[in-house]
Amino acid sequence: MDGAFVGTTFWRLMAALPLTLEVWFLSVVLGGLIAAGVVWMRVGGSKPLEILARAYVALFRGTPLLIQLFIVYYGLASLPAVRHSLFWPILREPFNCGVLALGLCTAGYQAEIFRGALLAVPHGAVEAARACGMSRLLLFRRIVFPIALRAGLPAYSTEMISMVKATALVSLITLWDVMSVALKIRNDTLVTYLPLILAGAIYFTVNYILGAAFLSLERRLSPHLRPRPS
Amino acid sequence: MGSRLWKSVALGASVAAALAMAPAAFAKEWKTVVIGMEGGYDPWNLTDSSGKIVGFEVDLANDLCKRAGVECKIIAQDWDGMIPGLKAGKFDVIMDGMSITEERQKEIDFSKPYAAPPAAFMAAKDSDVAKALGAGKVVNAAKDPKAGAAAVKAIQAALKGKTIGVQSSTTHANFANKYLKDVATIKEYKTTDDRDLDLKAGRIDVGLDDYPTIASTLDKPDAKDFTIVGPEFIGDVFGVGEGMGLRKSDADLTAKFNKAIAAAFADGSIKKYSLKWFKIDTTP
Repeated sequence: MDGAFVGTTFWRLMAALPLTLEVWFLSVVLGGLIAAGVVWMRVGGSKPLEILARAYVALFRGTPLLIQLFIVYYGLASLPAVRHSLFWPILREPFNCGVLALGLCTAGYQAEIFRGALLAVPHGAVEAARACGMSRLLLFRRIVFPIALRAGLPAYSTEMISMVKATALVSLITLWDVMSVALKIRNDTLVTYLPLILAGAIYFTVNYILGAAFLSLERRLSPHLRPRPS
Repeated sequence: MGSRLWKSVALGASVAAALAMAPAAFAKEWKTVVIGMEGGYDPWNLTDSSGKIVGFEVDLANDLCKRAGVECKIIAQDWDGMIPGLKAGKFDVIMDGMSITEERQKEIDFSKPYAAPPAAFMAAKDSDVAKALGAGKVVNAAKDPKAGAAAVKAIQAALKGKTIGVQSSTTHANFANKYLKDVATIKEYKTTDDRDLDLKAGRIDVGLDDYPTIASTLDKPDAKDFTIVGPEFIGDVFGVGEGMGLRKSDADLTAKFNKAIAAAFADGSIKKYSLKWFKIDTTP
């Protein structure tokens, strides 16, 4: 194993990183939007909507992401009704299927993180704000959102990191992400460790940076928890 | 002093004796041989409804093992980890429709080829590709390079702007990447079943695989709208045929199986299995 091979393998993997990050970014944004809707249904006060939201979370947290991905990619495509619908141009593309499946799945987790964060807002704070005559929107913007954001951040960062790793599954639906390039190099050259270790190092670095970014955000948002300067 | 000398001589003699015995003691006797195959490469090897692996290579393996005087155990292994699995000792022989190529020969040894079926394309009956290429005719690029080049040109013209599906890291993927990279979109799949699903779903226009695999796909009722199109290829990147893959260190086992393969060719057994599973004679 020579240095040149390590170099070309590394750069071939790096060339696939944008796709991995694209799938990650779009799916967590999509998941966040769906999760916001699910949480709104969950805590909004309507019983049927709450049951629907609970069912969504139970379904997408309770089944393997791989099954969800295959149902979206291969399952839907096997139904003629789907192939002849106006959604087919979207679902035909593996990229869209990957983003959709990952987004639907992370929405289940993110909804629970959001709900937990909302529960962490002290009742007294909400009551005090109401007593001051704040409107619902102002109350959310000034009181609920800032407190919930701080409370939800650690769990949210964990979910973001686990989603970076989950993107490796799209290698199974013909997308050329970091994982599938690593598998291809491994199969073509029959060198097993190097491409897998390099791919692992790339995922690790991305996640390390992501984790550090969330930590610094957490620190910025919690000035009141820092020790007083002496 | 005298006794010391005597001791060292005795020690040296015993070490020499041990070394002389070692090859006999450590050479593998090859009572049982473990064979790795995918169990999903119909009709080379497939898993039947009871979960048992059957197929051309299973019949052949049982026959060859009997001739070689060894007991064989067949285990399932994904195509992805086939050669690493062999090298890691998870099994002793690969039988998975594996083409003998130079690239692979750098890593492992092969037996003599036991089959050499042509490669073939499949597409929807009413597709542009089917209309442009027509029904298949066998082209042997190894014997007739001119016909081979002409066939490649015809394929390139017919597949312009189309999407072709192949199993990753196969000679078919090599063919697509060598000749069709600039004209068509190439999609690589982990298994041929996934590729066939996407062909039926219309995500890809053509599938490229070996003739027996395509024929067996087309044999299923849900594939009635698809057919073999264009030239059936022999030679070029497809190599000399499919053989057993073995570790380079097991030359004795390779020799054993080569002898068994030669005998199975001689009495027509391999042709019999080929006709049974492939419906055509694929003997090289």
